[in-house]
Amino acid sequence: MSALSFPPPPVSEAAEALRAEVRAFLATELADFPAEKRAESWSGYDAGFSRKLGARGWIGMTFPTGYGGHGRTALERYVVIEELLAAGAPVVGHWIADRQSGPSILRFGSEAQKRFFIPRIVAGECFFCIGMSEPNSGSDLASVRTRATKVDGGWRINGTKLWTSQAHLSHFMILFCRTSGTPEDRQSGTSQLLVDMKATQGITIRPVNALTGEHHFNEIVFQDAFVPDDALLGEEGQGWHQVTSELAYERSGPERFLSSFILLVETLRVLGTNPSERAAIAIGRLGAHLVTLRRLSRSVAGMLQAGQNPATQAALVKDLGALLEQEIPDIARSLVAVDPPTPEIERFAQVLAYTTLHAPSFSLRGGTREILRGIIARGLGLR
Amino acid sequence: MTDTILLETAERLFSDTITPQVLAAAERGDYPHAAWNALAEAGLHLGLLPEEAGGFGVAPADALALLRIAGRHALPLPLAETMLAGWLLAGAGIAVPEGALTITAAPGLTLTRDGGSWHLAGTAPGVAWGRDAAAVAVLTTFEGQPYVALLSGGYTIAERLNIAREPRNTLTIDAVPDAVAPSAVTALQLRAAGAATRALMIAGALERITEMTTQYALDRTQFGRPIGRFQAVQHSLATLAAQTAAALAAGDIAAEAVADGVQIPAIAAAKARASEAAGIGAGLAHQIHGAIGFTYEHSLHYFTKRLHAWRDEYGGEAEWNERLGRHLAAAGADALWPTLTAI
Repeated sequence: MSALSFPPPPVSEAAEALRAEVRAFLATELADFPAEKRAESWSGYDAGFSRKLGARGWIGMTFPTGYGGHGRTALERYVVIEELLAAGAPVVGHWIADRQSGPSILRFGSEAQKRFFIPRIVAGECFFCIGMSEPNSGSDLASVRTRATKVDGGWRINGTKLWTSQAHLSHFMILFCRTSGTPEDRQSGTSQLLVDMKATQGITIRPVNALTGEHHFNEIVFQDAFVPDDALLGEEGQGWHQVTSELAYERSGPERFLSSFILLVETLRVLGTNPSERAAIAIGRLGAHLVTLRRLSRSVAGMLQAGQNPATQAALVKDLGALLEQEIPDIARSLVAVDPPTPEIERFAQVLAYTTLHAPSFSLRGGTREILRGIIARGLGLR
Repeated sequence: MTDTILLETAERLFSDTITPQVLAAAERGDYPHAAWNALAEAGLHLGLLPEEAGGFGVAPADALALLRIAGRHALPLPLAETMLAGWLLAGAGIAVPEGALTITAAPGLTLTRDGGSWHLAGTAPGVAWGRDAAAVAVLTTFEGQPYVALLSGGYTIAERLNIAREPRNTLTIDAVPDAVAPSAVTALQLRAAGAATRALMIAGALERITEMTTQYALDRTQFGRPIGRFQAVQHSLATLAAQTAAALAAGDIAAEAVADGVQIPAIAAAKARASEAAGIGAGLAHQIHGAIGFTYEHSLHYFTKRLHAWRDEYGGEAEWNERLGRHLAAAGADALWPTLTAI
């Protein structure tokens, strides 16, 4: 069935040569980076680290060289990002810009937008956030209410965005909003705007702390915020089409099955090199799931490289990946007891606690499990 | 032959020859000779052989992909075993006999030599299609080294079936082998190669039941609409599709690992993952089919029974997960990622 078609991932010797380079870099850069920080996975922020990656040429790797990108293959980029994730590197600063904002600007942006944004993204100096969800528009993205009204020389924006990760640390947002019609018009009449989060007047960013007390999310209120005409990304009214074309990039990468990987590493550290039969079976099972997911995810990277839009396959990867990420804390605690909290397991316990508390988000962010299964059902021809 | 043509040939040939009537007859013990003859005429069983041994020069991973097509049709024939036997025999320089073949590496067999004369004796349980195979390729040891012996007789066959009613016979052997030669393949590698065949067959059967179940959900109407319109059913089908996708990836990993010199950790991951998907997928397909899928008349059981049989054959999840887990643990926590990416 075409929905289940996952062609073999392209073989890339250049990518494997690059892998050794990335590992050596990370071994030096993160030598003193503790497990409890690595556990933050792609929620960890370090602007200096992002700039260093930019200097190495590891941001915007697939972007064309004419705009300051590096013209490398999707599989080479894949190697870099999976190595970063496996090491628990603090990558959130540039993550969204590298993964989807840059590709969207390259696909839909004007020449001037490409010349302005792409070199800055590639340098690791221009971070993006995604302005999609709203207080009454979560999974049902087409019910968007934030409105940009055409005024002389630009757009005036009013409305509220919610759950916007890293908005307080980002330089720009790609805002999904309504530019004509009403929420009842659903997908039509929506557009994307490039909003300068630092310079635009009329934007209020309020933290929405996560259940751990951490500040990742924000509520962003637009009150007569003005952006100039050249902030429009792509075509007015084509926002829905543009935003859905990002989703295969957003949903199929290794961040969709490696969010709990550091906990698996720390579990194995406590278990040692000669674990019990029960522990060996459990660790092997997680390894088997990782190996197969990695193949599926790399296959999607190959399809994206070939210019396809494998939306169903991406949803399959994310659904399976989130299940695995959420299983890891449960399995870890079944293998290593945390009571009594002896010094030998203190680090494990911290990583377990962090991952357990963040696990609910794994099947919410980037498309809930329910939304993904609906997309898969559509891919099977059921709706 | 390119891989696409090979797979399309197999798909067409099995569609024509493996009907529900043939599957039902096979369960009653009627070996489908006509289907085997059609398969053999197309040369599908020769794919793992080098050209000088009668093969047709297809890449081994592509030849193994035939077993996914076999799984799609619940093929009641020893295609996997014939391919493996040919690979084992040709690798030891023994001429591969005509007809359907099977393999065993049962530990209860003893190969002895008296002057110039070889002798093989002992009991081999669970020999797939032992009842129907023209000859058996036995992987055993002699003076601590792996040896292959070819038997076309000198054994008795006790009837035994797996839960899909495929023959899995016990052979009692007291034979002068047709040929004996040292082998480069170890018993673990042969078991892994067998496991790889089952991962591919599971992937094909899951792919087929996902198609059957999707079609059923579109056709079956309750409460005035196709049951596939109900979100609960859609989500179960999405879960079935996800398990099938994982099994298909596992099958591909397994095929490449055999072609790449029988890489044990990769096959361990593939067989364990495919076997896990088999159980989940069979359960979901039955749930969505409802009562009709529980009848003998409906064809679903030919596939789900094989999924249950194949997930255990050549080792189930516990065996292969443990082997992979020990491999990962032995490398140590800090080498976990490099060990995984090397698989």
